Amino acid sequence: MKGLITGNAFVYGANVDTDQIYPGGYLDLTDPDKVAQHAMERVDPEFVKEVKAGDIIVAAANFGCGSSREHAAVALKASGIAAVLAESFARIFYRNAINLGLPLLVCPGIAKRVKKGDLLSVDFSEGKVTNQTTGTVAVAQPLSEYVIAILENGGIKPMIKKQHGLHCPR
Amino acid sequence: MHAVEKIIARAAGKNELRTGEIINCKVDLAGINDLYLQTLRSFYEMGGKKVHDPQKVVMFLDHYAPASTIMQADNQKQFREFCRAQGIELLMDINEGVCHQILADKGLVCPGMLVVVTDSHTTTHGAFGAFSTGVGATDLAIVLMTGQLWFRVPEVIRIHLEGRLGQGVYAKDVILKVIGALGADYGVYRAVEFTGPLLARLSVSERMVLCNMTTEMGAKTAYIQPDEVTLDFLQGKARQKYAVVATDPGYLYAQEHTFDITSLNPQVAAPHSVDNVHDIAEYLGKPVHQAFLGTCTGGRVDDLAVAARILKGRHVSSRTRFVVVPASKGVLLEAMARGYIQTLVEAGATLVTPSCAACLGTHQGILAPGETCITASSRNFPGRMGHASAEIFVASPASVAAAAMEGIIADPAKYL
Repeated sequence: MKGLITGNAFVYGANVDTDQIYPGGYLDLTDPDKVAQHAMERVDPEFVKEVKAGDIIVAAANFGCGSSREHAAVALKASGIAAVLAESFARIFYRNAINLGLPLLVCPGIAKRVKKGDLLSVDFSEGKVTNQTTGTVAVAQPLSEYVIAILENGGIKPMIKKQHGLHCPR
Repeated sequence: MHAVEKIIARAAGKNELRTGEIINCKVDLAGINDLYLQTLRSFYEMGGKKVHDPQKVVMFLDHYAPASTIMQADNQKQFREFCRAQGIELLMDINEGVCHQILADKGLVCPGMLVVVTDSHTTTHGAFGAFSTGVGATDLAIVLMTGQLWFRVPEVIRIHLEGRLGQGVYAKDVILKVIGALGADYGVYRAVEFTGPLLARLSVSERMVLCNMTTEMGAKTAYIQPDEVTLDFLQGKARQKYAVVATDPGYLYAQEHTFDITSLNPQVAAPHSVDNVHDIAEYLGKPVHQAFLGTCTGGRVDDLAVAARILKGRHVSSRTRFVVVPASKGVLLEAMARGYIQTLVEAGATLVTPSCAACLGTHQGILAPGETCITASSRNFPGRMGHASAEIFVASPASVAAAAMEGIIADPAKYL
């Protein structure tokens, strides 16, 4: 997968669950812009005020554990988050984010190497994460071919449309 | 091959597969919950017109049963209209209860099936020897469109359970002990199989608790090899013919762990993580404002039975409230017939419609700032059942009932 992104980091700990990313009380919402207004509400109430398009979330192990709610991935994507880098991801969150075209990279030890506000660049072709603020480099685990295919199609919805010969506005 | 791999291979039309391989599988049963209107949106966004096989789809109006806001009501209205338009006959409306208990009550999940539901606790159906896992709304929309979904063939972890349950100790205590020992992310991407002599002594209800809670260690699916207990349960109930598959002798597990639970005491997961597990003795006497009995984890007939046994002729403490939510219509009817509901309501319990209720902080029994709750449900994340400053202790139904009566965290053994 090609592409280079650069953005400032938000940094969180281990086991950030989807109730913290997107509280259950708002699950009846479906409009992504409204969903985004509650992103990270239970783990970082300042997030929605501070987040800018292109920012990157960094976390320790098991990011996105708990409920299957796709709202959690929708909230981050609609907030402008360009990628999430974590030591590991819970599996349903992983699928949900990839399906939406939000890249997730498994990066061992990443949470200890990044501080909030650090400028990161992620080179997807090499899986290389450079902390521009400190000069350190981390290498992410490679994505599977299927995941790369989904991301290169801009998410699984455009991919399925293409497979079914339907027009796909990007 | 492991039984789980055989199920996946059959669904993919293959004879062999590799661990870690990504393959497309035909889905035998797909369930949608009322929280996820996005499922229908994604279906239409992808150009979906007709559901691939409406006979293999179940719609559950369970998390908001019955609706308490106009938006919830409107979402449920759209789901009902979708079912009518698409010929989905298995619409489980607000009178039916929680998805996983309905599937069990109605014999909709059989050994060897591949099942997905838009609910993380779909691992529950490993208790019936199915490959069963939670997915997101868009994944489920893909199943609606194509009847298939991609899966990564998981490694399998074996958890071998030896010994006997002591007084006041239940399957919930066993699985809390396991999660506490192994951690909330131990099972991520992997399947968890339970084996060992303890299983033969566990009812289907208790096996469902073990499998249900593997979600709290990150597992993709859970599995218990079907035996006489399973087949007796499905007798006359199973909606379709099924073939039980078994793991080949000599199969090599990714990891194996043995737990002897003979000396296990009642357990609690203390705030705010399900792997923060302790003997209940460490928290005896802690005041609780609400005791919550219900959900796909702890709202079955066995659970209401033990609560009724503890509270028979006694009363809920004036210092607490006891919210009781039977997991399904079937559970409610049986509990009424056996007198458990009468006993619990007479003892001061608040009876709630079969549903997910306060488990996920959306409905019926939400916690105020600073309150403490002991719950038979599955999660104690910050804010899970209401305000983020509320403290949630996850425990067995017996421990919840004992706390309801005393108004403090208490050991249930003395009442049993």
